[in-house]
Amino acid sequence: MRVADEPLIQLRGIRKVYGEGPTAFQALKGVDLDIRRGDFVAVMGPSGSGKSTTMNILGCLDVPSAGTFLFRGHHIETLNRDQRALLRRRYLGFVFQGFNLLARTSALENVELPLLYRGDEKKARRDAAMAALDKVGLAEWWDHTPGELSGGQQQRVAIARAIVTSPDVLLADEPTGNLDSERSVEIMQLLTGLNRDSGITVLMVTHEPDMAAFAHTIVHFKDGLVDRIEQSQGLARGEPA
Amino acid sequence: MLGTILLLALRSIRRHLLRSFLTILGIVIGVGAVVAMTTLGQATTSAVQQQIAALGTNVLQVRPGQGFGRGGGGPRPPDFDPSDVTAIAQQIAGVTAVAPQAQATATAIYEGANWSTTINGTTSAYFTVQPWTLSEGRIFTPREESAGKAVCIIGSTVKTNLFRGGSAVGQRFRIGNVSCDIIGVLSTKGQAGFGGDQDDVVIMPIKAVQRRFTGNTDVRLMLVGVDQAYSTAQVQASISDLLRERRHTAGRDDDFNIFDTKQISDTLTGTTTLLTRIVAAVAGISLVVGGIGIMNIMLVSVTERTREIGIRLAIGAVANEVLLQFLVEAIVLSCIGGLIGLLLAQLVIAVATPLMQVPWTFDPQINMVAFLISALIGVVFGYFPARRAASLNPIDALRHE
Repeated sequence: MRVADEPLIQLRGIRKVYGEGPTAFQALKGVDLDIRRGDFVAVMGPSGSGKSTTMNILGCLDVPSAGTFLFRGHHIETLNRDQRALLRRRYLGFVFQGFNLLARTSALENVELPLLYRGDEKKARRDAAMAALDKVGLAEWWDHTPGELSGGQQQRVAIARAIVTSPDVLLADEPTGNLDSERSVEIMQLLTGLNRDSGITVLMVTHEPDMAAFAHTIVHFKDGLVDRIEQSQGLARGEPA
Repeated sequence: MLGTILLLALRSIRRHLLRSFLTILGIVIGVGAVVAMTTLGQATTSAVQQQIAALGTNVLQVRPGQGFGRGGGGPRPPDFDPSDVTAIAQQIAGVTAVAPQAQATATAIYEGANWSTTINGTTSAYFTVQPWTLSEGRIFTPREESAGKAVCIIGSTVKTNLFRGGSAVGQRFRIGNVSCDIIGVLSTKGQAGFGGDQDDVVIMPIKAVQRRFTGNTDVRLMLVGVDQAYSTAQVQASISDLLRERRHTAGRDDDFNIFDTKQISDTLTGTTTLLTRIVAAVAGISLVVGGIGIMNIMLVSVTERTREIGIRLAIGAVANEVLLQFLVEAIVLSCIGGLIGLLLAQLVIAVATPLMQVPWTFDPQINMVAFLISALIGVVFGYFPARRAASLNPIDALRHE
């Protein structure tokens, strides 16, 4: 029996310890967090507060040392490396601070990369990749390599790559960290638009309160624990600035 | 899935064209060298075999003197007597025929053309002990032979130089001071490795040559055909015994020698085969070095592309897909290298065969094996870097600068 508003993601008592013995470092000390489907969550906190570790676990790139992680009602903490890779392929999209596009590769080929691993046919791949590029407003730039694109454009290509598989969750790690404020706002508007129109759940790590202000939920981390959770209307609900 | 992996590998190679080319250079040279050397070696071996086969197999050449040539000082050993020829033919078991030879050189003249050539006086046995055939005409009749009639069988070189394109059989030409009827033309045999042009010869009955050119009845050389059922070594020993007795050489070194063409053939073939193997082995080492070159570059490439691997893992590539991509990259590179190497080898062979005067050959087996080895090198030397790539942790890989 599924409850309609059962959280998409449920973290309970998540601990993460790096190293062993006396030098062991507790990055997470029992994190509890629920994320609703369709939410736009900003994760904030000083360095070392555990927000990156949490994001790595949420992105199925890392496993917790203890605790349970439910995604769509399934236990994730027990999955092996390849199972997590398949999960990422199917349900998650990633956007990084440094864009992380393949160099000397056209925007189109970058965007269709996840579809290649999914084994889609050439035609379907092209169409989906072009549709994703169209969503981020770069359809005309499909044959440009990252070197020929501005930072803002590169991040848009990265977003297109993240959404091309229609994932449930988009994980963005400081997506505006390398951009000026004007480009940053554009990227945030793009993310809020995707969240609003496609219903994609967005999890975003950021330092900047201005960017966090776009989110509906702001989770503050401190010393390996969730410090407090703010609910806001989010700029997304209002008119674009 | 393999199609996808292949596509990924090809795209990656395309992104780094120069590096990919440098990576495969070792394989190109290695495969090229192995194939070219082995093929040329085989061509040489078969050329040697052909040349010796032209002398006839199961043929013993009996000459006065020791070894090839006439040796050092001292009086020249006497040639053979015609009675030696009959003695060998009649007294030794296993001898099918004995063709005596007397030689002279003279200028042949036909109408305006003249040509200096070798006259070879022999009997019809010459054509039974050796695989020489006529392209037209006939050999001597017994009557012409015993009468020492001036009839000639000419080699194709002589024909070309005297008669151009015209027909020779039935014509009469002059050789030395002798007017001679042409009764036959030899089939073309081509260049011999040792002994020059085998087609530059005029063959006449030995009695005619002895009477009109050499002025004596000496026999310079005997070709002895040996029955397949007998061992040539055995027959060779019997001939030696007989000739020692007839030439009264007891207590002295033999003043004649007998060559077994089969033995020469075996020795030379063995030598060229051995040389081919040695050269191929050296070339094979360069192939291994080429493989290590691939591994080197692939390892560097894995380090350099750590972040890319991180991206691939993050967007959902499983470890095996990354491993396969790098492995397939290495295999595709080495296969491309192998193919270019094969083409290079064909080029080298095409240039070298005319220079070396050996026949052009193409051995599909050598090419196939060399190509498979290049693919295998890709697998062997690509596996280690590929495993390293696949075992990377996505978080660390993404942070890699």
